[in-house]
Amino acid sequence: AVSRDHAIALQLLPPSPRIPVRSSSLPLFSDAMPAPTQLFFPLIRNCELSRIYGTACYCHHKHLCCSSPYVPQSRLRYTPHPAYATFCRPKENWWQYTQGRRYASTPQKFYLTPPQVNSILKANEYSFKVPEFDGKNVSSILGFDSNQLPANAPIEDRRSAATCLQTRGMLLGVFDGHAGCACSQAVSERLFYYIAVSLLPHETLLEIENAVESGRALLPILQWHKHPNDYFSKEASKLYFNSLRTYWQELIDLNTGESTDIDVKEALINAFKRLDNDISLEAQVGDPNSFLNYLVLRVAFSGATACVAHVDGVDLHVANTGDSRAMLGVQEEDGSWSAVTLSNDHNAQNERELERLKLEHPKSEAKSVVKQDRLLGLLMPFRAFGDVKFKWSIDLQKRVIESGPDQLNDNEYTKFIPPNYHTPPYLTAEPEVTYHRLRPQDKFLVLATDGLWETMHRQDVVRIVGEYLTGMHHQQPIAVGGYKVTLGQMHGLLTERRTKMSSVFEDQNAATHLIRHAVGNNEFGTVDHERLSKMLSLPEELARMYRDDITIIVVQFNSHVVGAYQNQE
Amino acid sequence: VMFYRLLSIVGRQRASPGWQNWSSARNSTSAAEARSMALPTQAQVVICGGGIMGTSVAYHLSKMGWKDIVLLEQGRLAAGSTRFCAGILSTARHLTIEQKMADYSNKLYHQLEQETGIQTGYTRTGSIFLAQTQDRLISLKRINSRLNVIGIPSEIISPKKVAELHHLLNVHDLVGAMHVPEDAVVSSADVALALASAASQNGVQIYDRTSVLHVMVKKGQVTGVETDKGQIECQYFVNCAGQWAYELGLSNEEPVSIPLHACEHFYLLTRPLETPLQSSTPTIVDADGRIYIRNWQGGILSGGFEKNPKPIFTEGKNQLEIQNLQEDWDHFEPLLSSLLRRMPELETLEIMKLVNCPETFTPDMRCIMGESPAVQGYFVLAGMNSAGLSFGGGAGKYLAEWMVHGYPSENVWELDLKRFGALQSSRTFLRHRVMEVMPLMYDLKVPRWDFQTGRQLRTSPLYDRLDAQGARWMEKHGFERPKYFVPPDKDLLALEQSKTFYKPDWFDIVESEVKCCKEAVCVIDMSSFTKFEITSTGDQALEVLQYLFSNDLDVPVGHIVHTGMLNEGGGYENDCSIARLNKRSFFMISPTDQQVHCWAWLKKHMPKDSNLLLEDVTWKYTALNLIGPRAVDVLSELSYAPMTPDHFPSLFCKEMSVGYANGIRVMSMTHTGEPGFMLYIPIEYALHVYNEVMSVGQKYGIRNAGYYALRSLRIEKFFAFWGQDINNLTTPLECGRESRVKLEKGMDFIGRDALLLQKQNGVYKRLTMFILDDHDTDLDLWPWWGEPIYRNGQYVGKTTSSAYSYSLERHVCLGFVHNFSEDTGEEQVVTADFINRGEYEIDIAGYRFQAKAKLYPVASLFTQKRRKDDMELSDLHGK
Repeated sequence: AVSRDHAIALQLLPPSPRIPVRSSSLPLFSDAMPAPTQLFFPLIRNCELSRIYGTACYCHHKHLCCSSPYVPQSRLRYTPHPAYATFCRPKENWWQYTQGRRYASTPQKFYLTPPQVNSILKANEYSFKVPEFDGKNVSSILGFDSNQLPANAPIEDRRSAATCLQTRGMLLGVFDGHAGCACSQAVSERLFYYIAVSLLPHETLLEIENAVESGRALLPILQWHKHPNDYFSKEASKLYFNSLRTYWQELIDLNTGESTDIDVKEALINAFKRLDNDISLEAQVGDPNSFLNYLVLRVAFSGATACVAHVDGVDLHVANTGDSRAMLGVQEEDGSWSAVTLSNDHNAQNERELERLKLEHPKSEAKSVVKQDRLLGLLMPFRAFGDVKFKWSIDLQKRVIESGPDQLNDNEYTKFIPPNYHTPPYLTAEPEVTYHRLRPQDKFLVLATDGLWETMHRQDVVRIVGEYLTGMHHQQPIAVGGYKVTLGQMHGLLTERRTKMSSVFEDQNAATHLIRHAVGNNEFGTVDHERLSKMLSLPEELARMYRDDITIIVVQFNSHVVGAYQNQE
Repeated sequence: VMFYRLLSIVGRQRASPGWQNWSSARNSTSAAEARSMALPTQAQVVICGGGIMGTSVAYHLSKMGWKDIVLLEQGRLAAGSTRFCAGILSTARHLTIEQKMADYSNKLYHQLEQETGIQTGYTRTGSIFLAQTQDRLISLKRINSRLNVIGIPSEIISPKKVAELHHLLNVHDLVGAMHVPEDAVVSSADVALALASAASQNGVQIYDRTSVLHVMVKKGQVTGVETDKGQIECQYFVNCAGQWAYELGLSNEEPVSIPLHACEHFYLLTRPLETPLQSSTPTIVDADGRIYIRNWQGGILSGGFEKNPKPIFTEGKNQLEIQNLQEDWDHFEPLLSSLLRRMPELETLEIMKLVNCPETFTPDMRCIMGESPAVQGYFVLAGMNSAGLSFGGGAGKYLAEWMVHGYPSENVWELDLKRFGALQSSRTFLRHRVMEVMPLMYDLKVPRWDFQTGRQLRTSPLYDRLDAQGARWMEKHGFERPKYFVPPDKDLLALEQSKTFYKPDWFDIVESEVKCCKEAVCVIDMSSFTKFEITSTGDQALEVLQYLFSNDLDVPVGHIVHTGMLNEGGGYENDCSIARLNKRSFFMISPTDQQVHCWAWLKKHMPKDSNLLLEDVTWKYTALNLIGPRAVDVLSELSYAPMTPDHFPSLFCKEMSVGYANGIRVMSMTHTGEPGFMLYIPIEYALHVYNEVMSVGQKYGIRNAGYYALRSLRIEKFFAFWGQDINNLTTPLECGRESRVKLEKGMDFIGRDALLLQKQNGVYKRLTMFILDDHDTDLDLWPWWGEPIYRNGQYVGKTTSSAYSYSLERHVCLGFVHNFSEDTGEEQVVTADFINRGEYEIDIAGYRFQAKAKLYPVASLFTQKRRKDDMELSDLHGK
């Protein structure tokens, strides 16, 4: 019954929910955003279109696509298998739900007030300022702002930030989950530990191992910078710890005694691969605790991309797996802003990735390995954590599912084997690592999931953050110094600064500011409150049609320190 | 500003002059008199603070003959706010005492260069206070009237005249201005150095780079100070530590709370104009534009008091904050706009510097001076609200007099440290309050101003109940008191906006409350009054009270006595009502703001006797005032006790039950002369008694009333109030209270000798009641207080308070009448005859209104049959 309702609903849906949103005329939002009902009228009007495209299914929820013969430029990750919904979020049959309500609810105009909008936008914002010692900040990082705006319920994006305590440097990352949030959650908790351990020198590893062995207190490895909403799973911590310990024990054993400098790039790659391997192993081995057993399976069967930056002095490494992006904001000498991409998207738009996939599989699969810009016609990112459906052999998948808990066994999605599945693995978590040596003109780094990049051009992103940060900079006191300034000139300057300041005033967080623009920008590139209000008042079940989860971290660099590094040499 | 000048004297060049060096510049030698030898081990007086306050106190003490004085300065002399002060001396102040201090300072600084040989840069520029609105002009006119009568020349001038006096000013938006020609500019740092130098010549020892760590106290008496260079034994300590006075006060074992808090203050310095401004160019105060402007080395010095002040040093002295005191141009932007509006030609003038100079502010915008209530010999002079230079000379003089004579020559209660208690000492309170006070410097000061911050600190248990019934509140000593009750049908918002020098919008509301007091019965929550209990095992309580109070307290149990607590000069230290609860215990009711002062006075004069117990029970009782002819009916119905005058005569106190509550102290007095009762209710019964009174009172037409109604009732019956009308320089004989003094009560009491003498010689001033005759309540300016009184065209005194009498349908003012000799100006005896044979006028903002003088209240107001209170009054007036 579920699938039939689904099919009907899908036929009614427009080919691309993006179209009304992207077009400047905004037919969807012609008036005040009046409850879900009105929202649907234009959808129905667009039925024509949907027939043209056939039974396209639109559920931005997931990255998986199965039944649709072709998927127009949609940014969907999965197209859901009819049974899929029951796997991840059994309760959520939103199409059913909304259809049932379609004519029932009375149209009712409502806007969110600016404070309401702010409270939604700011709910997840987090800022960290690198503490100063003796009035000085010697770190190359001034601090970071992060924020996320959910479209899925619950949000599938995750973010992490931590300072390495046993080595230098800071780790920041965004993780975009698909087919649920289990994998992105696990990666957000675990990946930095794997990276930190990979970076640790042999002696420290020994020290830590000895401490664990003798039950002594452990040296803390990471200092987390977490928003209260960023949680860690308590239940799995023991399991995760054991896997991590096995990893460092192996690192200790592998050490040949010669203390070589640890290569960050190598450490990042090893950590990514090792974690993905552990996720896969844990799912295969299972756990006697039924809750944990189900958890490790959910982690393995869902997926997550990761984009992680490691900043140590002027050395910036970005490790990326999937289609999140790291963008450097560079201020040119004339004060203008330019964007330097520090990561490559691993998707169909990347020729080299297409090339790689084709090389990794027999010629016979050349046509089927990427279809409709998706891996095996299903998955948008070409690299990801988890997603064992694209990694394990069919035998292994069947075996695990059969021995797995009933919930798994009853689930249509997990049983579903991707078409043309001949030579697994099709998917890897191995990151591409980019190195960049920071220069004084590199002012900030934006790490964000594709939810941001698909709504805003990278150049706009960098410009908005740049102007925001300099706006903040304007609030720094100005001094007359030895210059010749008249009262009139000063007055003009101050008036200008005040006007500028009032526009930035609303946000104390660069990431929030960026989200405000991403969601609320009108065709003129300025934030339109009405639009922002409508977008944010979309009911949970509809939000995903108009935007993806957005997670942003903006890291601000300390130009003085970076400059000093440069001068040292 | 002035530190540039100072530098030339010190003869020391520094690379980057500014705040950064202020606290760290310890290696520079300052004026010649600063010593670096070892500290003396003892002295009579130790003064902490080498700013203008400390040096002024040292100067005046040494002038008055005290020689054994040590002045300590943590950094260098004349640093801190003194160094950075804008150097404007202005006598146009709102309080008369402040006007007098500034006037004295002006005269002192004027001759200081001659006296000491140190250049002070004193230049008589005059100052012009601009009015952009009619209300501002009224405010200026009021000040103008008062300046003139104390001999400070000033006049109200037209915008055209303003333009003539200062050619750079844009006068198009002005409605008028006040010109004070004798105001001056002076270098405050040089003044401090000159004062220090003169003091030093008189024997004062000055040590810089010496910090006071704390003050040593034994048995509530200063015994010495502990410094970073050693100890000094001393009898007196003077805290002139400016913005650090609060911290220093708290550093004692027995903390002295000095409620003040600093805010950043900015002013701008420019390079000289193309044709440099003359040094005699008048100072401009554009209060509506929130700025002041003076000439400075051919250019301009301009600062102001912005709406959004930046409080600083909340957590005490903080090196980081001191170092971070930077020019904040964005913060200064509104003031700069205002400056350019006022002087558009300055656009092309080049900026030299924006100076950030924190100033200290107090919770009520008045400075703090006097002796600590907790520690004898601990004196304070601080919290100048950015008028340190103007007040410095006068304040130093008054404090020196206070220390030497035990009293300053003027009444300084308004500035007395003891007007505050520990309750104003919360850092959060101070931070919030000074953020309100600083903009208030240039806000329009209208009658009946209430502070908005730091409210709802002390409240009666009935607060919520009264608030829900429309109470509007004012605050006294932290206690919320109802002003009046807004009826449900009135527009609440409009009412709160009322800021006027004319008839206020609550006029009708208060009228109905007064009417109800006269015809039915009203309840006023008067819990804020200070309440003490004095008990003893034997007769000690009676004995000590008989010595401290002028009236005879050896009355039968249950009687209430109005009496004054006098000082040696016969002046009122406190005016209170005392009920004899039983043979050995007394209940004393004093004005709200007496809580600290009265306690200190009693503690100081009571023998250290363990059998004598003084307790502050203010917090234990809720006081309800039932005013009106039907109060007696309400009470008798609630207590089943006969309340008629035969059973319950006037000025009588009984413990009885009211409703279910027992042990309620009922007193037959209302503080207004109207019939009724005060109920002193243990707080846990407050709500019950209030509810009972309201429900039983319904059929008698009971309603809530507030202090505005009380005030109208009180003043129309010539009931003077301590702190407003009478003070420690007013004797009972001067305000017609002979009946409250029992010179022959069989024992001596404080002030008796002075009163005897006064009785013989006659009084030199007399509190008089004035009824305005040709005053139109609807159209004319209302009197407030401080208005000059003219008798036959001659100035004879000032009003102290005023109220509209709804019964007389006239304004009533209370005020003192003096008899200044026409030839010499000397004060002469004031007789009843002198008062009665005069034609009087009251000057309200320059307009004079005819007034009738009365030495006793209008008899027709006492509708009730004669009660003891009235008998007393008529008695005494018959004499």
